[in-house]
Amino acid sequence: MAASENSVLVEVQDLKTYFFLHEGTVKAVDGVSFSIYEGRSLGVIGESGCGKSVTAQSMMRIVPSPPGREVDGKIEMYLWENGGGFAEVVDVLQLKPSGAKIRSIRGKQIGMIFQEPMTALSPLHTVGNQIAEAVLIHEQDASKHQARERAIDMLGRVGIPQPHRLVDAYPHQLSGGMRQRALIAMALICGPSLLIADEPTTALDVTIEAQILELIKELQTSLGMALMYISHDLAVVGEMSDEIMVMYLGHVMEHASTDDIFDNPLHPYTLALWRSVPSIEGKLERLIPISGSLPSPFASQPGCRFFSRCDRRMPGVCDATPPSLKEVAPGHKVRCLLYE
Amino acid sequence: MTNQTQLPLLEVQELRKWFQMSKGLLQRQAVFVKAVDDVSIHVQAGETLGIVGESGSGKTTLGRCISRLYQPTSGQITMRVNGEVLDVSALSGKELSAFRKRAQMIFQDPYSSLNPRMTVLETVGEPLLVNHLAKGKELEERVTEIVVQVGLRVEHLRRYPHSFSGGQRQRIGIARAMVVNPQLVVADEPVSALDVSIQAQILNLLQDLQERYDLTYLFISHAMNVVRYVSDRIAVMYAGKLVELGPTQELLSNPKHPYSEALLASVPKPSQRKRGMRLVSPGEPPDLTNLPTGCVFVPRCKYAVDQCTEQFPELRKIGTNAYVSCHLAESLALQGI
Repeated sequence: MAASENSVLVEVQDLKTYFFLHEGTVKAVDGVSFSIYEGRSLGVIGESGCGKSVTAQSMMRIVPSPPGREVDGKIEMYLWENGGGFAEVVDVLQLKPSGAKIRSIRGKQIGMIFQEPMTALSPLHTVGNQIAEAVLIHEQDASKHQARERAIDMLGRVGIPQPHRLVDAYPHQLSGGMRQRALIAMALICGPSLLIADEPTTALDVTIEAQILELIKELQTSLGMALMYISHDLAVVGEMSDEIMVMYLGHVMEHASTDDIFDNPLHPYTLALWRSVPSIEGKLERLIPISGSLPSPFASQPGCRFFSRCDRRMPGVCDATPPSLKEVAPGHKVRCLLYE
Repeated sequence: MTNQTQLPLLEVQELRKWFQMSKGLLQRQAVFVKAVDDVSIHVQAGETLGIVGESGSGKTTLGRCISRLYQPTSGQITMRVNGEVLDVSALSGKELSAFRKRAQMIFQDPYSSLNPRMTVLETVGEPLLVNHLAKGKELEERVTEIVVQVGLRVEHLRRYPHSFSGGQRQRIGIARAMVVNPQLVVADEPVSALDVSIQAQILNLLQDLQERYDLTYLFISHAMNVVRYVSDRIAVMYAGKLVELGPTQELLSNPKHPYSEALLASVPKPSQRKRGMRLVSPGEPPDLTNLPTGCVFVPRCKYAVDQCTEQFPELRKIGTNAYVSCHLAESLALQGI
């Protein structure tokens, strides 16, 4: 891994984001730490409720509050001047979620794209105006005309045909794939150093998904962005990422290079995931499902969160002591007592 | 596995399902969405036929015509029942109700497909009641038996859907389909709404039930890896047409239609991460109200020649048991997985 050669963009330390509901407290993200490096891509895999989206929302400070709140931890962002010089380190958790500072980071330093492009775009404004708005907000000296020209240029770059014409289209006039392209254009128009993609292709068809994945990869390389790619689809994350973080119920269970996660997975949960997904290549074997289902999000367990479903659990040990995330080989971290 | 000498359980001939829509200033102009257009397939007893395609390809409409939730616009569907041939497409009234005991459906969304005001016992028992198959104690016994077989417990019978997880709800949906002892089950994306760790449980359950009851499945899905896991043969649909049909492994390793090739190339593969750019098929599926005159895939096909835009390629047999709808099938060397 060449991670050490690239400078750090975001450092998340022991992030805890809880949701305070009538029924109890959901520890959606419970002590998550990781770093994102310039120009590199981090994949986040997990099932629903594992905290992968809430982690991203915390980084952008868009966790719905109430009931959600970042109760502990640090998210340090290394901000750079437009010219390339280092400016400052900001802990976004110390910022007001609607303050000027975080709004200057959102959309400018970090772009984000979501699963359902129709709900992320306003139905009342043309896609061109929505994209140009980002330019007008973040660059005070840009004129309306310049912003529109930039929007047209960006729409062309993300592969929208006839951008001069479609800049005036409303979202409902575009297909799902085209809307996702428009959303990508909006996220990238200010040249962010990090793009967070939260299941951007889940709502799309297979051939369109392939187009969007190729587009994101190509733009990441040409713009030199870092990428945080969140998905439940193992194969997609494997294709998009340099390193992968596997999450389960608010915890990082395993974090390693993509090759290690695929070829040498260590955590019983990662292994179980691999065995439970039908493969498109190679020999066909009967699937081995993960037993049981996700425990209640309100339940608090003293030991490992995967204990009740683990096929290598050690009763009396794993349900008593919470394992910590340990580096067991260079760059390969696992949260499991089998490796302690 | 399929036995080609045997007579098929289900035969679909030149099936069409067109939906009428209005267009124009005063909504007076009638246009037709050709959701399924001239599709012919046959399904052997005991086999699983996977139907793949993207949204709008007509795979769900085809499944709903076969299970007669839709009345086909034209064409014929026949099913062999106890040695007799039943014309499914012409059924109505009592005969149609009787047919519901032979063919059942499993739906995609286990949240919207269950009535929140009915207990598991009521939901699963309803098909027995409306078909006058059982009532009272007998009904409860039959429901208990099937509910246990799909992996739920007896104490679940009096509970309502909201107290179950997605995977358990899908089990309830499967129990409801299985309770009348059908021969044919149309499963429309039965695992797409479920988490990865739950998908395997449901896929294995469907396979166990098939073995136990000698079921025939029509398995509709957009996920190639899932279809590969469950299917004996795969039918590929595009823009309402059947473009290719063949045995699973043959179709995956040697696709004969350019759309099948594009579809397979689009599937993310773990081994691909070490290779470079993949083959991406440009463009999007056509407007179903305004299809091209020739082959429907022409605008996106990189192999297309003049003949393809002029003449529609009829589905034809290629090799021993594969079918393809492409003029160039013999001359193309397409890449599979």
